[in-house]
Amino acid sequence: MDTVLLARWQFAMTALFHFIFVPLTLGLSFLVAIMETAYVRTGNETYLRMTKFFGKLFLINFALGLVTGITLEFEFGMNWARYSKFVGDIFGAPLAIEATMAFFLESTFLGVWIFGWKKVSKKMHAISIWLVAFGTNISALWILIANAWMQHPVGYVIRNGRAEFVNFWAAALQPYAILKFLHTVSAGYVVGSFFVMGISAYHLLKNQEVDLFKKAFKIGAYFGLFASLVVFVIGDLHAGEVAKTQPTKLAAMESLWNTEKSAPMYLFLIPDEKHERNAVELFGIPKMLSILAYHDPNATVKGLKTFPKDDRPPVTITFISFRTMVALGTLFVLLTLFAFYLIKKDKLIDKKWFLKLMVLAIPLPYLANEFGWIVAEVGRQPWIVYGLLKTSQGTSTAVMPSQIIMTIVGFVFLYSILGFIDIYLLIKYARQVPEPATKEGGY
Amino acid sequence: MLNTIWFALWGLLWAVYFMLDGFDFGVGVLHPFIAKEDLERRMVINTIGPVWDGNEVWLITAGGATFAAFPTTYAYMFSYLYTPLFLILASLILRGVSFEFRGKIESEGWKKFWDFIIFLFSLIPAVLFGVAFGNIFMGLPFDANGYHGTLFTLLNPYGLLTGVFFLLLFLEHGALWLSFKASNSVAERARAAAKKIWPLLLIVAVLFLAYTKFATKLYNNYVNHPVWFIVPAIAVIGLLLIRAFMNSSYAKAFLSSCVTIVTVVFTGVIGLYPNLIPSSINPAYNLTIFNSSSSQYTLKVMLIVAVIFVPIVIAYQLWAHILFKGAIKKEDLEDKEVETY
Repeated sequence: MDTVLLARWQFAMTALFHFIFVPLTLGLSFLVAIMETAYVRTGNETYLRMTKFFGKLFLINFALGLVTGITLEFEFGMNWARYSKFVGDIFGAPLAIEATMAFFLESTFLGVWIFGWKKVSKKMHAISIWLVAFGTNISALWILIANAWMQHPVGYVIRNGRAEFVNFWAAALQPYAILKFLHTVSAGYVVGSFFVMGISAYHLLKNQEVDLFKKAFKIGAYFGLFASLVVFVIGDLHAGEVAKTQPTKLAAMESLWNTEKSAPMYLFLIPDEKHERNAVELFGIPKMLSILAYHDPNATVKGLKTFPKDDRPPVTITFISFRTMVALGTLFVLLTLFAFYLIKKDKLIDKKWFLKLMVLAIPLPYLANEFGWIVAEVGRQPWIVYGLLKTSQGTSTAVMPSQIIMTIVGFVFLYSILGFIDIYLLIKYARQVPEPATKEGGY
Repeated sequence: MLNTIWFALWGLLWAVYFMLDGFDFGVGVLHPFIAKEDLERRMVINTIGPVWDGNEVWLITAGGATFAAFPTTYAYMFSYLYTPLFLILASLILRGVSFEFRGKIESEGWKKFWDFIIFLFSLIPAVLFGVAFGNIFMGLPFDANGYHGTLFTLLNPYGLLTGVFFLLLFLEHGALWLSFKASNSVAERARAAAKKIWPLLLIVAVLFLAYTKFATKLYNNYVNHPVWFIVPAIAVIGLLLIRAFMNSSYAKAFLSSCVTIVTVVFTGVIGLYPNLIPSSINPAYNLTIFNSSSSQYTLKVMLIVAVIFVPIVIAYQLWAHILFKGAIKKEDLEDKEVETY
């Protein structure tokens, strides 16, 4: 096995594992902040107990998101030294800004939030969790600006054998970065809201703490409906940006081999990479792909065969991941719409099948998030920086395959144990009944 | 000029990181010895509970700043020090989750397991950071053909001595922290430990300063610009003040320890200038603040960010430290309304 493949496997593993925990942090931080704000504004004890219940789950999840993030920062230098040297002038800046602007804010105020129940005022306590939420989202902004630059490099020149910044704002504010940011964080909000809805549904089915969990479900559903719609709309715009900037990725996402004007979209399709065609194409919608990609039925969409074989990403995995993500995204809109309807009609409790469905749906937004990253990263191949640097030219020359194998084994061992414990604890605490109110109200 | 400013900031980020996470490491290593039963152990862990996470961010920032300001150094440093960095990383991961996991299941075996994890994975990074910096002070074996060392080349006498030196610095730091952040018998034991560790630290510090003369070229800068001798001088004074203050105020002794750690790191950093990592084979390949830096444009952008945000960060972290000032008492831990580890 060569270092490129091993380093890629390691990055894929550690990044996907990291992203089991990050989206929930992004979404649940806001949801807990909303719950606590409801308590501060109404003085209703139920919201305080809700805050503490979901806050505990937030913390169990947060710990792993935090520590697995450091791995990624180290990995750029450890496994991808040539990449780091080539892009450091550009890529390092958002990473350093992320730490300075976001990580300190998150970690410091999370400390205040966990341990400060009796040390700060009610208001300040709620502000702390809002600051944590903003911190996690600012962190997402900067790391996604960095990732967007790998997808669509702008604001640079090639000088001294590397990419150098000439315009920081061009990279920080490019549409690709903004769309990617909005798409990713709102996908995190969907994870958070399905998490809250699913756990609430579990307790509603058991008929315990009905008042508290009805309220929690409602917060989750409203937030989830908003987030699912945002993911969907931004996802469409994001795909449009991909069509403009990364034609090979778009072609792989849709498994489109030949360049076509007014390209149709097939609802069912099986790619055949070996013969550079699709083995099966069924249920075509005329002009749909042109409309989706360019918002113009007569637009021409470039097919994979337009590009040299060496410049094409793996098609099947990109295509399947993209399709699954879109299907799940659509499902989330439908589920949250229906939840919204049931709440409005006050029929949520009666629809046992729906509550059961929502419990089972908890993992689905996680999957959608992971598939999204597979589309983003596998679809960018064979480039590590699109059009500028091939992935195979980004690895560390000083690192032996045996060293990477050793650390892969280390990570698999460590991450599976920690992941297992963390999920066990999440389930354990999610099933517990929220603690009763204390006499002074918890502060 | 920008390169030199970033070099100073680079040193400062590492220094602050060691000053802050240093007491977390010390507390982690000491806690099985200083705290006898569960409630005492929780007391010890809760003294660092609200702050360890924010402390660790200084490491992420130091790493990020190395990447942003000196990308070539970042690329080489992280790939050359592959195995020790992996061990540090795994340690930080395990230590981090253990605080969160430890109290989540009511079982003696479970808690003892995580106590051991906290101990071991505070010990390993404390030593390894020292080993890594000792080797950076000496220079790493690399030239045009790349890196010629392994984990075992790093475990040379000077690297190991620096490792022990860092460990003792952090143990003293952690013991002093517990001396005024814990209460009753735990604080008593921490004070006794601080008094016992101090002479060892003094001996190893003297050895380190003497050995540095032979193993590294750090003193060249001092000989050429003697005014900088003030920094190691402050380190020595700080070290002596730790002992002097132990008779009156442990908080003051702790602050002296902070000064000592920062000036020890800067003693090395000033000696390195203008190198970030010297080559022990041929000085022509030294990674310097000029040949490994980012463009002037990026350094400028990053400086603006640092000038705006670092003071804000320091302000709210200080605020948080003041908020949680005072010793943790057993009653605090039994209070059901207050969240603790």
